Amino acid sequence: MTSYALRRLIIAAPTLFMIVTLSFFMMHLAPGGPFDAEASLEPEVIANLEAAYDLDKPIIVQYGFYLGKVARGDFGPSIIYIDRTVTELLVIGLPVSIKLGLSAMILALAVGGSLGVIAALRRNSLTDYAVMGVAMTGIAVPSFVMAPLMSLLFGVVLKILPVASLEPRGGLAEALPMLAPITPYILPVVALALPQIAILARLTRGAMIETLRQNYIRTARAKGLGQRNVVWTHALKSASLPVISYLGPAAASILTGSVVIEQIFQLPGMGRFFIQGAINRDYPLVLGIVVVYALAVILLNLIVDLMYGLLDPKVKVE
Amino acid sequence: MALLAAQRNAHEALMADAAAIKGRSLWEDAGRRFRANKAAMAGVIVLGLITLCAIVAPSLSPHTIDDLDWMNIGAPPSLENGHWFGTDDTGKDMFVLTWMGARVSLIIGVMTTAVALSIGVIYGATAGYVGGRTDNAMMRFVDVLYALPLLFFIIILVTVFGRNIYLVFLAIGCVEWLTMARIVRGQTLSVKQKEFIEAARASGAGPAAIIGRHVLPNVVGPVIVYVTLLVPTNILVESYLSFLGLGVKEPLTSWGVLISRGANSIESAPWLLLIPATCLAITMFCFNFIGDGLRDALDPKDR
Repeated sequence: MTSYALRRLIIAAPTLFMIVTLSFFMMHLAPGGPFDAEASLEPEVIANLEAAYDLDKPIIVQYGFYLGKVARGDFGPSIIYIDRTVTELLVIGLPVSIKLGLSAMILALAVGGSLGVIAALRRNSLTDYAVMGVAMTGIAVPSFVMAPLMSLLFGVVLKILPVASLEPRGGLAEALPMLAPITPYILPVVALALPQIAILARLTRGAMIETLRQNYIRTARAKGLGQRNVVWTHALKSASLPVISYLGPAAASILTGSVVIEQIFQLPGMGRFFIQGAINRDYPLVLGIVVVYALAVILLNLIVDLMYGLLDPKVKVE
Repeated sequence: MALLAAQRNAHEALMADAAAIKGRSLWEDAGRRFRANKAAMAGVIVLGLITLCAIVAPSLSPHTIDDLDWMNIGAPPSLENGHWFGTDDTGKDMFVLTWMGARVSLIIGVMTTAVALSIGVIYGATAGYVGGRTDNAMMRFVDVLYALPLLFFIIILVTVFGRNIYLVFLAIGCVEWLTMARIVRGQTLSVKQKEFIEAARASGAGPAAIIGRHVLPNVVGPVIVYVTLLVPTNILVESYLSFLGLGVKEPLTSWGVLISRGANSIESAPWLLLIPATCLAITMFCFNFIGDGLRDALDPKDR
């Protein structure tokens, strides 16, 4: 197990290297540069600026410099956020994005999983159709439509939750001061989790129905086990396998979804820095964020695979 | 003479009977099952209507896409002034904008899927058919790409190379072919064990001919299902890009562009968000119903 994990981590290194190389050349080979917008600058000033960021050197030299710095954990200075290094910006953005993404993931698993199990146990009942209808809506209505609608309803009309601000405002924060610090995150987390709730509910329902058809479930029932025991100790473990294998892609979509959600709710996370950086050609910032995101996805996939190996006796992780 | 005519009639009747009881092919079976699926058929009909609207609706309106109606700025939907879906904050007619956006969104959905389909099918069929070490290497490469947050690459591509609509096709298509390649490879692996492939090889057909004439027609089912699910996914990806301000440029518009603008004026003019969002959601529903229907119709497990 440990050696498998180690081997996977070692494979992660070339993957990461490929990502850095690909994004580096994609950004640098394109026409235009970060100082194009400032038309009023004297050519000498631009030359000086480019020299300061090593942009005047041949691209292969820049690439070498960059790799050397990244290997030491230094992502260089940001271009648009003057006097900040990319690492400083990551330190600001990362906690916000992690809080957001992790909460959305947990919410999606808890709600989506339970809805799926409930729907599977009451197959073809009204409950089932209701859950699947909601799930279908969650898949059909993108989060960037849901988010403004939810802000309008809960923030502007009902005035329960704060909108586009990290200040704990609104009815809920006043009624329950205990919950005040989390109120700014409720809407973004729910909006981010909704599509995943929908997908996970459908997935869990399918897996659960499939599992409940198995012979060993019939055996469990035949030897007189109650419904609760059959579902919790026998069916759930096997039914969770397809769900777990979806967690990797789910994490990736939450990461990308988070970009839009941070934009809508004005949260100072990595996604906003990424969009700002990409639009303004802030090479070091964009590359730094891509590296962190890729690292996150690789690590999450590794964790998912390890979990899968622990749960599924058919998979031997060596 | 009469006897001969009677005999001929009987013979013809027999032939007609034989024709009537001819075997049902896999596709006829699937077609019958699909037509029996009400949700899927409804999806087909509604999607057809939306496509029809996207083609003809903009010319039915008394307004054009460039008209700025100064008398009706930010007007709610109304029948009297001809702004059936209202107007936006520059006085442009939302009815025309919505259906012009539908054109772009649908075309993007189809074109990006076509790109993904071509790459995925060629890559997957080659890997599956050649097999062995080549297959291993090719699929490892897909695994590596799978692990990447690919939407970020689309964003970088689009911001760096400009927001050109053809680039949007290519960027989305080049990223979304991975699952297609996996599906085609899996199918190819199972098909190539079959006797008729051996027969084709025995009769001297080359690899390209075998893949094109014998393997691909037999992997069509799952590919069709995935295509109907990929089109809405790609429409969503484009909306996502447009929402971030990275999608198609003026004068083109898409549902994503309209939704993103509508989201800013949701309090004063909710129809600017709700109309394009509803169209998008209905389209998503249709494609998902059709996809589910096709899967049920083509999946050999439930036969």
